[in-house]
Amino acid sequence: MLYISKWKATAILLTALICCLFAIPNFFPESTVQRWPKWAQRHIVLGLDLQGGSHILLQVDANDVRRQKLQALQDDVRKVLREARVGLSRAPFIRGNSVEVVVRESDVQQALSKLRELSQPLGGLMGSAGQRSISVENAGGGVIRLIVTEPAILERTRQVVDQSVEIIERRVNAMGLVEPSIQRQGIDRVLVQVPGLGNPEELIKVIGTTAKLTFRLVDNSMTAEQALQGRPPPESEILYGSKAENRQPYLLEKRVIVSGEELTDAQPGFDQRTGEPIVSFKFNTSGARKFAQVTQENVGRPFAIVLDDEVISAPVIREPILGGSGQISGNFTVESANNLAILLRAGALPAKLTVIEQRVVGAGLGQDSIEKGKLASYFGAALVVLFMVATYGLFGVFASIAVAINVGMIFGILSLLNATLTLPGIIGIVLTIGIAVDSNVLIYERIREEVRTGRTPITAIDAGFTRALATILDSNITTFIAAAVLFFIGTGPVRGFAVTLGIGIVTTVFTAFTLTRVIVAWWVMWARPRQLAIS
Amino acid sequence: MRLHRSIPLLRIVPDDTKFDFMRFRRISFPASALLSIFAIFLFFFHGLNFGIDFIGGTLIEVQSKSGPADLARMRNTLGGLGLGDVQLQQFGGPENVLIRVAQQPGGEEAQQAALAKVRQALGNEVEIRREEVVGPRVSKELLAYSTIGLMLAIFAILIYLWFRFEWQFALGAMIANVHDLVLTIGYMSLTQIDFDLSSIAALLTILGYSLNDTVVIYDRIREMLRRYKRMSMPDLLNISVNSTLSRSIITHVTVTLALLALLLFGGHAIHSFVATMIFGVVLVGTYTSVFIAAPILIYLGVGTTRVEASEPAASAHPART
Repeated sequence: MLYISKWKATAILLTALICCLFAIPNFFPESTVQRWPKWAQRHIVLGLDLQGGSHILLQVDANDVRRQKLQALQDDVRKVLREARVGLSRAPFIRGNSVEVVVRESDVQQALSKLRELSQPLGGLMGSAGQRSISVENAGGGVIRLIVTEPAILERTRQVVDQSVEIIERRVNAMGLVEPSIQRQGIDRVLVQVPGLGNPEELIKVIGTTAKLTFRLVDNSMTAEQALQGRPPPESEILYGSKAENRQPYLLEKRVIVSGEELTDAQPGFDQRTGEPIVSFKFNTSGARKFAQVTQENVGRPFAIVLDDEVISAPVIREPILGGSGQISGNFTVESANNLAILLRAGALPAKLTVIEQRVVGAGLGQDSIEKGKLASYFGAALVVLFMVATYGLFGVFASIAVAINVGMIFGILSLLNATLTLPGIIGIVLTIGIAVDSNVLIYERIREEVRTGRTPITAIDAGFTRALATILDSNITTFIAAAVLFFIGTGPVRGFAVTLGIGIVTTVFTAFTLTRVIVAWWVMWARPRQLAIS
Repeated sequence: MRLHRSIPLLRIVPDDTKFDFMRFRRISFPASALLSIFAIFLFFFHGLNFGIDFIGGTLIEVQSKSGPADLARMRNTLGGLGLGDVQLQQFGGPENVLIRVAQQPGGEEAQQAALAKVRQALGNEVEIRREEVVGPRVSKELLAYSTIGLMLAIFAILIYLWFRFEWQFALGAMIANVHDLVLTIGYMSLTQIDFDLSSIAALLTILGYSLNDTVVIYDRIREMLRRYKRMSMPDLLNISVNSTLSRSIITHVTVTLALLALLLFGGHAIHSFVATMIFGVVLVGTYTSVFIAAPILIYLGVGTTRVEASEPAASAHPART
């Protein structure tokens, strides 16, 4: 057992060495590391709690997704039934999770068969295979009910999140932030992390805005005040102006002339006459054609530019706008004009996003934490080494070497995985030092006991290792289970703790089983002790 | 027999220590039961000082730019914002203040609005070092996940021990470790340490460590059970605990040294985490594995069938006591 073949020893040492080597890039500045070959560039990423930065978790508004889905279905139902020339007793309307329509009794069967065509099989993601997007029911009395199924909403939510990630990426990049990370999290969430950003107010404003831009005509059939008191015409609705305009109500046609999707460009600028900040924009060809047509027909009428159900401005059309470009003015500051331009260029979010968690660490605090973490680690390590050497003498030195290599390997593996090191992660490493020492203590104590039963040094060492290793494995697996659970339930910093603790346990078991044995075996072969200093 | 050495090595536990640990079970069991009841009582009637991770709300750490922070004035300014319960607390040095704003009614957006108000009220006199906003949805989830996680960990470990040992050992370890967690939670309630996500990490680590200890002793007990088939259970447990005592103490001293370094130099951010760890690992974990986990095996009926099953040959091994 104590005898370890040269090949085995070489393999063990090489593994440990290679693991440790991967930690090297962490000790060089980034600019140096970038000139190295790709495979050698992997390094530990500092968590936001150490380098400072913003962590923002957003959730897609499920109700918004549901409402959009139902509105789209309502439009489809209307269109399908009109094309099929089905007589309606009542136009399609939304009730709860479904769209209902009342048709003439004689047309029910025809309407049902046409409407069933709207229902589509869902893609096979997340167990929705075999399900359909809509279930169509005949509720009797000419009432047909179309229910949007939960899997369909789920699938739509996933799409919304995917699109949102893309759009947020464009927006954040346009803001000129360094190394932002935007990821989907779970089914309906987006996680935005920006290192180094100490004040995310602006960022949240930019990513939290839906930015649905529409150009619509103002309904002149009655004033907004009349509409407020009575009832707005069915094809129009009331929207309000911005706070700066005292939330003035406007009566607008629901029909959209052109929407933000048809913009090709938007830039902040200044009005040539008044000098106030504006956003100038350009339509694509079809947008420009539509806009030209409507403005030609409606000279002298006001139209409204609406952003997320808020009227930003409502200018009067003085002359047809044929070139497909124009400008929006409306109480902008330089900053808000700039932000709006970014939003318009990046496109609208497909649904509303809400910030549900926000964690920000300033760069100063992060730096403090690193310094303190380092200091505590050095002190902890020094105390442990001193104590081990005082207790075990030469064997304490062996243990310290093994623990040092152990820590080197943890850093190497963390680098290899491009893992994130958080403050709790540093705690995890310090605790690993404790566990790693324990494995050595277990071995040495066992050897001492074996010596006391009268064995010779070599058989005592041999027996000590064999017996202690079983215990080490058992005790480390239990701790590993705790670390694994922590990894799966934890987020952010706590997960960082679980990662270092888990890796630490693996390297501890590795070093205890191999490295410590190689060191002790070599010493035994070299010193040929007749007695052990350890006892 | 002794080697000549220039520096004598520390001998923390003398060889051949024969301390009668098992006799103390008549004290340790009632004492632990009482303490556990007290801890549970504390938990229900004194409660934990839940951080924003679990109850939602806003936490802001600020540093005054000009000398010590004027806590009274800040309390006045922030108290007048109409945000309900606003707590201020000195944190670390005299310049640093931790501000906690209770969760606002009105869902996720209301939290953002509250943060904006506080920021505006604080103005330029302070530097914001950290801000955390946890909405109602996330805090509920975190609490649920953490509770499930703790249960899951205990359960997974129980299953593992059941496979590795006999069920009595698994049950004994389970009782011992739930005891550890209960006492630690009692400590957290008594000291009103912030209970947040890192506390869950602390609890899980304590669980892992204290199991680690228990498993080391159980391993030895199992070995002794095979070796000494005629020895009485209390004697056998005493031998097992005594023979692992040196290891237990050396290991705990090293872990304590590492934790002390963290406590002294690790800064305020990890202070409550480390304090909890020291209580759980050092004070409770060590005591539990020796005075609870081992003697409980007597009551769980480990080794009762041993003597009948033993063969005469087994007595050839002399007992070492």
